[in-house]
Amino acid sequence: MMLVFGAAVIINRNPVASALSLVVSFLALAALFISLDAYFIGIIQVLVYAGAIMVLFLFIIMLLDLRAEELRKINWIASAGGLAVALALTVQIFSVVGSFQFAKQPFPPLARHVLSGADGSTSDDVHRIGLLLFGNYNLPFQITGIVILVATIGVVMLSRRETR
Amino acid sequence: MITLGDYLIISGILFAIGFAGVMLRRNIIIILMALELMLNAANLSLVAFSRFHVDPSGVPNYNAQVFVFFIITVAAAEVAVGLAIVVALYRLRQTTNVEDISTLKF
Repeated sequence: MMLVFGAAVIINRNPVASALSLVVSFLALAALFISLDAYFIGIIQVLVYAGAIMVLFLFIIMLLDLRAEELRKINWIASAGGLAVALALTVQIFSVVGSFQFAKQPFPPLARHVLSGADGSTSDDVHRIGLLLFGNYNLPFQITGIVILVATIGVVMLSRRETR
Repeated sequence: MITLGDYLIISGILFAIGFAGVMLRRNIIIILMALELMLNAANLSLVAFSRFHVDPSGVPNYNAQVFVFFIITVAAAEVAVGLAIVVALYRLRQTTNVEDISTLKF
């Protein structure tokens, strides 16, 4: 289902329909994350991607009032080239994963206290990710904060009207 | 039985879809969406490897999930900057088609 809607993102000619199918694709991807026992990442995926980023996309699409793009003369050679490169990439990934012997093993089981966290010890994955984030990865975390600050200032500068 | 390879193949197909979108579509906003699809494909394979790499006490490897967290943060910043550039371009040219914006083309 995620792949169907992901393909719909590419195929749809109307940008709004394309953005909405991207939302469904992200929600299905969050379900996959949760099926991999990554609850924190799944919830972040729903909140940040399906919530914030898609609202931003839809806001811009409707602000610019984009209609379905008209059928213009398609550059067939470029389109065929792009499709061929994507297909070659898929075939390569299939062959690499097929020759990878770890890929045929099922996932090892988790300890019970990781799954439930009900034994009084704070062992849920948000706790563990938080410890790692503020412990081992403290410097990258602060650098990420600076990246977001720079992005914010950049957006304000870009969208400022020239008034002088 | 769902194996690691299934998740990797799904992730690869998703990346290929995003790549085809970047190559085929001519609308900048849809190209940005396809970029998001490619970033999410990388996230999916990272989380699958994190779940696969379980240490003897039964705890998955959370380093990959911290990395996914950073990827999501940087992707959000990238989308914000990209859409601001799109709005500025639209104000200048009244188009979002990449074939109409070829001033820097060699």
